[in-house]
Amino acid sequence: MSTMIGQRTVERTVSRTDWGLWLRQIRAIMRIEITKNFWGRRALLIYLLAAVPVILMFLLVMVHPEGGKDISRNWASAQEVFGYIYEYLILQTIVFFGCAWIFMNLFRGELVDKSLHYYFLCPLRREVLVAGKYLSGLLASGLLFSLSTIGSLVLLYYARGYPANVNFLFDGPGIWQVFDYIGITLLGCLGYGAVFLFIGLFFRNPIIPALLVYGWEWLNFLLPPVLKKISIVHYLHTLAPVPMSEGPFATVVAPTSPFISIPSMILFTAAVIVFAGIRIRKMEISYGGE
Amino acid sequence: MTQQAPAPERLGPEHLIIFDNVSKFYGEILGVNRINLTIEPGITSLVGPNGSGKTTLMNLMTGLIQPTRGRVSILGITPGDPQALFRRLGYCGQFDSFPKGMTGYEFVNAFLGVHGYSRKEADERTWRAIERVDLVEAAHRKVAGYSKGMRQRIRLAQSIAHEPEVMILDEPLNGLDPMARAETMRLFRQLAKEGLHLIISSHILHEVDMMSDRVVLINNGYILAEGGVQGVRDEMEEHPMQIMIRCDRPQEFAARVFASDNVVEAQLHADKQGLFVKTRNAEAFYLLLNRVVIESGMNIETVAPVDDDLNAVYHYLIGSNGGGQA
Repeated sequence: MSTMIGQRTVERTVSRTDWGLWLRQIRAIMRIEITKNFWGRRALLIYLLAAVPVILMFLLVMVHPEGGKDISRNWASAQEVFGYIYEYLILQTIVFFGCAWIFMNLFRGELVDKSLHYYFLCPLRREVLVAGKYLSGLLASGLLFSLSTIGSLVLLYYARGYPANVNFLFDGPGIWQVFDYIGITLLGCLGYGAVFLFIGLFFRNPIIPALLVYGWEWLNFLLPPVLKKISIVHYLHTLAPVPMSEGPFATVVAPTSPFISIPSMILFTAAVIVFAGIRIRKMEISYGGE
Repeated sequence: MTQQAPAPERLGPEHLIIFDNVSKFYGEILGVNRINLTIEPGITSLVGPNGSGKTTLMNLMTGLIQPTRGRVSILGITPGDPQALFRRLGYCGQFDSFPKGMTGYEFVNAFLGVHGYSRKEADERTWRAIERVDLVEAAHRKVAGYSKGMRQRIRLAQSIAHEPEVMILDEPLNGLDPMARAETMRLFRQLAKEGLHLIISSHILHEVDMMSDRVVLINNGYILAEGGVQGVRDEMEEHPMQIMIRCDRPQEFAARVFASDNVVEAQLHADKQGLFVKTRNAEAFYLLLNRVVIESGMNIETVAPVDDDLNAVYHYLIGSNGGGQA
């Protein structure tokens, strides 16, 4: 009963590039993902992780007997200390692992739950699925970790005491620092999100590649100048509102201008997402192997 | 076939599901091999034991897996074009898994959103599909709290909600109680009457018998038989079974067994120490063999079915009327 497949094409009900449809589909994917991943029990760990810097700042400012006064007395060094807390705790640990959890679960979690096929059985370009999932992760991580950053900054400024804090915030550089930190957090989510989405899509055991990325990011200060630029933290570091030393063993590299850093991060993210979109076209679902 | 469907010989590829020399290997493991198959509108059942390749064929149709060789075409669309294909195809797989935390209604509705329907249209279609599978009262309960039969039905609702022309249903009656089974089969027949292709997998021939227009019998990745249910039954029953006998007087044995109506062919081995016998009735042949041995004192070294596979599959499928194992 063999029949050769005719070359005749059927009339398509969907035009090849239908941006309106894709946007509706992305919105629908985001609704599903946000409901599923960020309102359920699975999200508890992420909320706890995001709360860590706020709790730490709270302990430092409100509970430590001298903490608040020290910050008020040595405001310049307090800002520098906060810069280190931000970079090493918030950015390189909380945002890093938070993004790893959120973005790797977008696909890997569905493969483990055996529910990814529902998406694959929709009239949906797989690239659009990647975009929808990525944007839902970006929205959740960006919102959560920005709130965490803001919460930490509020406690820092609170410790400075009124009215100095209000003056610093609205008449000084304070508000721009807040924007800078939020911007860096969002860029961190953007870059780490793309990396972890990719890892979650194409590695059966994503923990090992995630730890390799973690090591690479932490050892970035030791790397030669060329390799240093192949990392996310390098670009984020150069955007820090308070200049910070990388320590005596760090290799010295001229800071990258924000006009290069920010577009580089965006381009890098776009490239990873496009590559993931191309790779997912050929992806097969075989839950048995998960 | 379905009443409204045009005569099959006049149907073009835009009305057919076509497997053109399709093979699928999982590494070195065979999924299906050299499948050439054309499926017309109506209910077509893929029947075979567990692991025979039914799900592989279905997953190939939906693009969840891709063929190692050959091409698949669904109504003229390849599975590599999901945007066009899944407007016209619905798949109810056998994975009893759902996105976490959703109610039945949300599950159906959410994926209609991914199809691109407006909220209003998605709501209407959701209720229509849920009504068709008779789950209205449970629609706002969490899927995690559903019984197995209810989960099966809500998956069915999700796969028909966009009103596809082709439905692929992997073991859709599993887990359903007798009432729900009868009701679901009635729904399938209704959908087929509306002109849909329904591709249903099952390992219970009896079940298939009651609803299919056509059967594709598959085992070990190969299609054994296809056609109308009765035709396949006849084909299987009439298929001569080949038996190898190693004995000391094969020529005499051949002469004796040839007298039986059931034996259609006997072929001596090159070493003259045995023969192959083809029979339409294996049980009668074995009785004859016993009689010949007793009467002639012949020494029989080995008796072994050569192509038992086909019969084994058939008996497996009808064995418990039915059924193989449910």
